[in-house]
Amino acid sequence: MDFRLSSEQQALADSVASFCARDYDFEHRRLSLANEGGFSPDNWQLFAELGWLGAGLGEDAGGYGGGAVENAIILEAFGRALVVEPFLACAVLALQTLAALPKCDVRDQLIADIVSGEKLAVLAHNEFEARGDVELVGMTAFQDNGQWRLNGTKQLVLGAPAADWLIVSARAGPDVGLFLVAPSTAGVELVPYRTLDNMRAADIHFAEAPVHAVLALPGAALPAIRLGYAHAMTAMCAEAVGAMDAAILLARDYLKTRQQFGTPLAGFQALQHRMADMLVEAEMSRSIVFQGLASLTDSEPERQKAIAAMKIVVSSAAMFVGRNAVQLHGGIGMTEEHPVGHYYKRLFVIAGLFGGEAFHLSRLASIGTGFW
Amino acid sequence: MDFTISAADMAFREEVRSFIEAELPTDIARRGQHDYHSARDDVRRWMQILNRKGWSAPHWPAHLGGTDWSPLRKYIFQDELRRARAPVLDRCALDLLGPVLCAFGSQDQQTRFLPPILNGDVWWAQGFSEPNSGSDLASLRTRAELKGDHYLVNGQKTWTSEAHYADWIFALVRTDPAAKPQAGISFLLIDIRTPGVTVRPIWSIDEGHTLNEVFFEDVVVPAENLVGTAGMGWTYAKFLLTHERTTSAVVSHTKRDVDQVRHLASSLSDGGGKLVDNPAFGAKLARLQADVIALEWAVMRVLHAADDDPSANTVASLLKLRGSELSERAALLAAEALGDYGLCALPDPEGHHILHRDGLAAPLHDDEAIGVTARAMFRRATTIYGGTSEIQRTIIAKSNLGL
Repeated sequence: MDFRLSSEQQALADSVASFCARDYDFEHRRLSLANEGGFSPDNWQLFAELGWLGAGLGEDAGGYGGGAVENAIILEAFGRALVVEPFLACAVLALQTLAALPKCDVRDQLIADIVSGEKLAVLAHNEFEARGDVELVGMTAFQDNGQWRLNGTKQLVLGAPAADWLIVSARAGPDVGLFLVAPSTAGVELVPYRTLDNMRAADIHFAEAPVHAVLALPGAALPAIRLGYAHAMTAMCAEAVGAMDAAILLARDYLKTRQQFGTPLAGFQALQHRMADMLVEAEMSRSIVFQGLASLTDSEPERQKAIAAMKIVVSSAAMFVGRNAVQLHGGIGMTEEHPVGHYYKRLFVIAGLFGGEAFHLSRLASIGTGFW
Repeated sequence: MDFTISAADMAFREEVRSFIEAELPTDIARRGQHDYHSARDDVRRWMQILNRKGWSAPHWPAHLGGTDWSPLRKYIFQDELRRARAPVLDRCALDLLGPVLCAFGSQDQQTRFLPPILNGDVWWAQGFSEPNSGSDLASLRTRAELKGDHYLVNGQKTWTSEAHYADWIFALVRTDPAAKPQAGISFLLIDIRTPGVTVRPIWSIDEGHTLNEVFFEDVVVPAENLVGTAGMGWTYAKFLLTHERTTSAVVSHTKRDVDQVRHLASSLSDGGGKLVDNPAFGAKLARLQADVIALEWAVMRVLHAADDDPSANTVASLLKLRGSELSERAALLAAEALGDYGLCALPDPEGHHILHRDGLAAPLHDDEAIGVTARAMFRRATTIYGGTSEIQRTIIAKSNLGL
């Protein structure tokens, strides 16, 4: 084992960190959010130019030769800065799902367009009833004179309001396929909204909506979707680690400057111990993200177990660190104006996204034999 | 980054596993399944088997009887010992005293004291805590006055594990009452059979006897038994508590305990089904597993890090705090898995330290249940010994967060 970054990975980490430090302070973030789509298209183009959108993809798949570690590096830094651009939705979840599909012209072109920043595509797979169960697909697909059409609803589709393409999962009989659909197509109705962390998502209703192309015929999609989600969950947990780090440092600095009873709060042992516990949670999360990264080349059920264990630890740590970072700030932590509450809200969303602690506990409990 | 264990290290694990399977005597292995404190004779026999292979203290320097294994291999070795439930060796001698003697002992002391440790012939106890010096260890009051060629020792140590088995005790003693608390402390080796030394048992809430009080009354200790320099005892003690950065996580112990909980829960009934299928119990077990996995990966980060890697130093400082919590949680969950019988005093057929031999033990319904409740009670100590969790948190807040 080797936990060190390669020189290329270190250069990537430095590059993302310097972007966040220079161009993504809390005020810049507010400006990004004020854009019509809720993020900055200029930033997105910059990510493409810097090669970040394809950093987590092997060269054979149309990327720049990296993998899951590269995505974790980027998202950990994004977590520190609360970056709102839909990197996780498009450059990880959609792109890794596509990469796991067999090559075909449509897939290859779409990957190239995502990596170049030309097009923004998202995976429209989630449905409300799933609560983290990647296997659940209620939407249906049927053929009508050789034209595939979709019926049903996708919910909380991350990044969808800005998407040029929707990669939609649907069931023909028992078999799940993946279909490429333009959001502007007749029969597609997109209802955009904000999530608690100020990022954008949508519910999407399909009424006999014609598909543009078939990416995976029914029966061939689920393995790719599973792998795409495993990548997205690992990258998102890395983002949580970055956000936890930042929230801990905010709270630490606040305790050192805020005076009560004639002395800095940092001297009170009850608060010191709370911060120590927060650091333990963040470091255990960082540790188990390495296990998540390692599992991405495993087969099922090892990968599934590893991802569930990671999400359990990170979901609970995210809540503990996020809640207590606000607590240590007192009243000021409750204001929209102060960053700490925004870290809490992002951590709150991450804790629940792709299945919360309860779902993954039951998942791990059901497959947990022969564990170590 | 690379998360694979090399083929050579995997082969090493196989080699260790085969060795243990071939060499661990079956009667010792059986007692290891049942007991959480190993009997002295079992430990001695097993130490001698390991010593013949040169494996009784792999973490010592090779020229003093250890090995030049990588940190990962030392971990794998311990992990395989725990997997086989081999006896827990004399930790005081191997993990605490040994490294101090290797680093600070005179050549004479190394020659005299290290080989008998390797062969399990001499058992050591650690004399640090005192009745009025627990977390505030530097306030310790056991005195050692230099009288020509010997020290005269007076005072009392307590919570001394296995002192009733021990031949020797290494103790922190005050040699300079005028110096600042930490500066007046020295590290002294004392033959426990010297006149004036009295060992008294302390029965703990597991109804077992591992802890003792040790009294010193005008005990004559040759001056050559001082380790290193007088007044440096505090420094050596800190070295001893920190040099091995991952042992305090006890992750291999806890992994085996989680395996045991799963085994119990898979075999024991719960209503119409098995306990492991009870969703609430399954969730508790899954949560414990996930936390132990995180802990083991934290250990992996430390094992593979350079000594000056700040990120690894941070995570190393958290291992005792989290590891001790998980250790107790695993023991409590095993007792919970036993259901009603987890509430009763259970028999200990091998019993070598049970306080109440009153015939009122509960009927034994599962071999695996032996020792489970006693262990759950004893593990209440994990967040107290070796630096309480409160002390650990204060250290973390100061050293890692600058508070």
